This record gives sequence, C-alpha cells and structure tokens, in this order.
Amino acid sequence: MLIEELMIKDVITLSPENSVKDALTVMRDRKIRHLPILSADGTVVGIVTDRNLKDVVPPSISVLKDSSPYETPLAEVMTRNPITGHPMDFVEEAAVIFYDNKIGCLPIISNNKLVGIITETDLLYKYIELTGAHQPGSQIEVKVPNTPGILFEVSKVFHEQKSNVLSVLVYPDKENDANKILVIRINSMNPLKVIQGLKDSGFDVLWPNVPGIHI
Amino acid sequence: MKKDAVFIFSEEQLGYSFSDSHPFNQKRILLTLDLLKKSGAIVDDDIIAPRMATDEELLLAHDNKFIDIVKKAGKGELQEDAGIVFGIGTEDTPIFKNMHEASAMLVGGTLTAVDEVMQGRATYALNLGGGLHHGFHGRASGFCVYNDSSVAIKYLQKKYGARVLYIDTDAHHGDGVQWSFYDDPTVCTLSIHETGRYLFPGTGAITERGNGTGYGTSFNFPIDAFTEDDSFLSIYKTAIKEVTEYFKPDVILTQNGADAHYFDPLTHLYGTMDIYKEIPRIAREIAEEYCEGRWIAVGGGGYDIWRVVPRAWAHIWLAMKKIPAPTGPLPQDWLSKWQEQSPVKLISTWEDPVPLYEPIPRKEEINDKNAQMLSKALHIIRHQQLN
Repeated sequence: MLIEELMIKDVITLSPENSVKDALTVMRDRKIRHLPILSADGTVVGIVTDRNLKDVVPPSISVLKDSSPYETPLAEVMTRNPITGHPMDFVEEAAVIFYDNKIGCLPIISNNKLVGIITETDLLYKYIELTGAHQPGSQIEVKVPNTPGILFEVSKVFHEQKSNVLSVLVYPDKENDANKILVIRINSMNPLKVIQGLKDSGFDVLWPNVPGIHI
Repeated sequence: MKKDAVFIFSEEQLGYSFSDSHPFNQKRILLTLDLLKKSGAIVDDDIIAPRMATDEELLLAHDNKFIDIVKKAGKGELQEDAGIVFGIGTEDTPIFKNMHEASAMLVGGTLTAVDEVMQGRATYALNLGGGLHHGFHGRASGFCVYNDSSVAIKYLQKKYGARVLYIDTDAHHGDGVQWSFYDDPTVCTLSIHETGRYLFPGTGAITERGNGTGYGTSFNFPIDAFTEDDSFLSIYKTAIKEVTEYFKPDVILTQNGADAHYFDPLTHLYGTMDIYKEIPRIAREIAEEYCEGRWIAVGGGGYDIWRVVPRAWAHIWLAMKKIPAPTGPLPQDWLSKWQEQSPVKLISTWEDPVPLYEPIPRKEEINDKNAQMLSKALHIIRHQQLN
C-alpha cells in the first residue's frame, strides 16, 4: 500500500511567524499534535509538535508569570528540515522511518509542495485493518514448521471447511527458530471445525496461545 | 394480582434452528423448563406464550432491506449468495425455513417480557429464547439474526420512556447491542466477556466507551482466557454495582449467555456453576435497590446444552422466584429422561464436581490483570465522583 492511499490530504499548517499560542490553540481545537510550518511560497520549512511546545511553555497556565513564551514565533521552536516522505512511498517504509527516528509524523511532499501528512495513529489503524480486528471474527494461531509450501497445506483446511479468512499474519516462534506462528482470523463464531481440521492434518493449534499455559 | 415472575415460552421458540449440527441449539430451553418443572419450581400458570414481533417493531433496530432478505431467505426465494453481505447464508447464520418468523418470534418473546414488567403484571420476566446480542442493524452475525435486546430497548424507550441498563454476561462481547446504542446517552450497555484476543467477535475493549453524547454509557470488562469464578464474580459485582449507581436506570435488561463455563466448547473461560448461581441473584438485588425491582432477563449463548445450560438457566428463574439456590442431586426423572439423548454424561447435582479441572498456572497473574482492567474500565466513573 502506498502512502497516498492513507495520508490525510487536508493538512492544517501554520507559518514561521505564527506564535506558540497560535499553535497551542489550533492543536487543542482540532485535536492534533503535529503542525507542518510553511513559508510564504508553500515550502515546508519546519514542523511543530506537542513535544516542541512542551519545551517552551510551562505545563499549566496557573504557574505562568511571564506570558512571553506564548508570543514566541514558531520559527524559534520548530524542528527545521523535518524528515519527509513522498506519496508513492510504501506505508511499511513510513513505519520503519517512524521507528528508527523516533518520530510521530511525516509531512508528505510532492514537487516541493506539501500534499499530505501521515501520523502514527493513521499507521496504527492500518495495522488494525491488516490484522482483521475491525470486523467480527475468531482468531486461531497455528504453529507450523518453517518450510516452503506450508501455507498451502494450512490454507487447504480453510478451503475444505469453507471458512472465510479475514487476515493472515506470520511471525517467528520465539521458542524455536524452525517454526513459524500463523495468526489467522476467520469471520465465524465457531472455529471448532477448522481447528479440528487443522489438528487432523497434523498441525499444532494454539487457541488460545498464552505462554506458560498448555492445555 | 401481580406476579413475582413470568416465564416466556412456547414450542414455537424452538423453530429458531439452523441445523442439527449447528452449535446454537434451542433444545436448551426445553431442557431448562423440564428441569424446573421436575424440581417443582414452576407451574403452567407461570408460563406466558410469546407473541411475534411486528415488522414495525423490528424496524426499531433493523434495516428494511435486511428484513426483506431474511423473509425471502426463509421462503427459499433468495438467489444463492445474495444474502452474504447481510450475513445470511453464511457458516454462522445459514438459511433455514421460515427464518424470519422464527427470529421475529424470539424478538416478540422479549417484547412480551417487557410488557409484563412495564405494565406491572410481573416484577420480573424471563425469555430464554432471547439474548441474540450479535445481530446488527443491517446484518446477521454470530448465530444471531434479529437482535431482540436492541429491539426491546428501543421499544422500552419509545413506549415507556425508560432509561435502560443492559447487562451482558455472555462469554462473547455484546457487540450488536453496544453498537446500536453507542451514541445514545439514555441507554447504558455493560458487557463482561472473554477478551477479543482470540474469541469472537474481537471487540469489547475497555476503550469502547460510547460516542458523542453517548460517551461514558458503554462499559466493557474484557477478562482473560482461563479466568475462574472468584475473579469473574468480583468483577461482575463491582461493575454492576458502580455502573448502576452511576447511570440510575429505570429498568434492567440482562443477557444471560451461559458459555463462560469450563465445559463450554467455544470459549476459554473457567467458570463453574457457582457463577450462574450468583449472577441472577445479584442482578435481582440491584434491580430491587435501584429500579423498584424491574428486571427482564433473556438467554444468549451456551453451547454445552446438556451439562451446563439447563442448570445455569434454571438458576435465573429460581432467583426470580426467590427460591434458595438448590443443592444436591437433580431430579432423577429429569436425569433419566435426558441422559438417553445426551452424548455426554450429565452432571447429576446442582453443583459442579470439585475439582472440575486441573489448577491453572498463572492464576494469580490472570486475577491481577483482570483487577487492573476493572479499575481502568471504571476509572471514568470513579474519577467523576471525586470531582
């Protein structure tokens, strides 16, 4: 999936001349945490996040004696030259960038113009969709040997049981490198026939999978 | 004269049947009623036949198109696969003959129960044919076609102007009812269920608290797989007490799925008959204290129909009749009658054998996690009351 399919296109921005107070107000009213800062010609020159603002203003209005921090221009508090992305980057790349750089958003730039923004929250929702957890379903985990063709063998069981699969995830078995764990969501309240089918085909079904409890 | 309790039942409720091999089996109701009769706890005069819900009533909580699809499916007039987007003709809710009439009959049973209580003919009413909490506005899901509780709550609002507290102790999240009233501040939904990590439908996190003006009137208590009686009951008691005090309902509707039991094949909770003895008695006390007694109870899930559901559901009626919870052997004539049909050996006493299962590793951690969940889920109430 490409970032352009996921990004928010209607981006709220401010200019370097706007004040810290402006930024706080916009963030509160629009319930957002990231503001790209644009110069007069529309170029992204910086980014202001809730973290930048915490550095300059006291945590509570009540301790405020001096109002000057609120008047500070954003040019002085923004992160300059932020990391940006392109609409045709892959969503997975964005996730890696967030993780490696410990950042929470990416302004998306095309032809030197801001065309969108993507945040951790948007990525997280995409992840939820990938796991199938946004639709009613049951989750089954199957421990399989890490060998070619194994997914075919497992999926045969779902085919035989006419089971509608919502999602499939694969992750490594922490206890044994020679195995993989398949996490499969099906849109049925009754996974018993599928589980029996998997067991009959010799697969190790973990349902549920709680470390230290093998029943 | 006002009765203390009425039991809604007719043979027509047994028409809601997907197939002989489907886990959802209304024979449970027959088994329960027969157990109560043979225990001398119910007489014919306590039983009221349900009516069928009208289309107008179904429309309170369901989409016109969906109702049409169900009607056509039940008459064999549906093109193959045409019902799939409505959840009709799927593995969970396959098509069966007269499925509209059978489903509307279960809804009508809950409406009959509502009328008995709200018109003061009975303090409590029980419709074990109801509790189909997964039914959505425009789609069947999780063995449920029409959602009797959603329709009944709308009916309670419209006809009686009542504030309703819905309490769901089925092992699966009561998603259909929750989403029906997610934006509505005059209905409070409370569901205790196994976490959606593995179990259908997957929703029911503590963060699902309602939306817009309905924020703060949806409560979820997801408990871990392998949760046992003591943890289950402590969460139930605390949750029901604090939420009722906070919401101040006019009437309580409880959904009594009996699938949190150790024997239940579809879930991973480790409840015993003790929770089913306590759940309705506590619900009754709460209804007495906050709603002048008004309490309507419906059935729900429960897939060990031989060893678990009859005893568990009998306890609801016994609680309504204020009959002390029985102990010791079940009526011999009940056991001998049904043992012939049962594929498993029936439990011969009101209590479960002790111990019912091997001790659970990590029990303390599971209890601790559940307790932490409870305090997070109730934080919104406790915090508000401090201010």
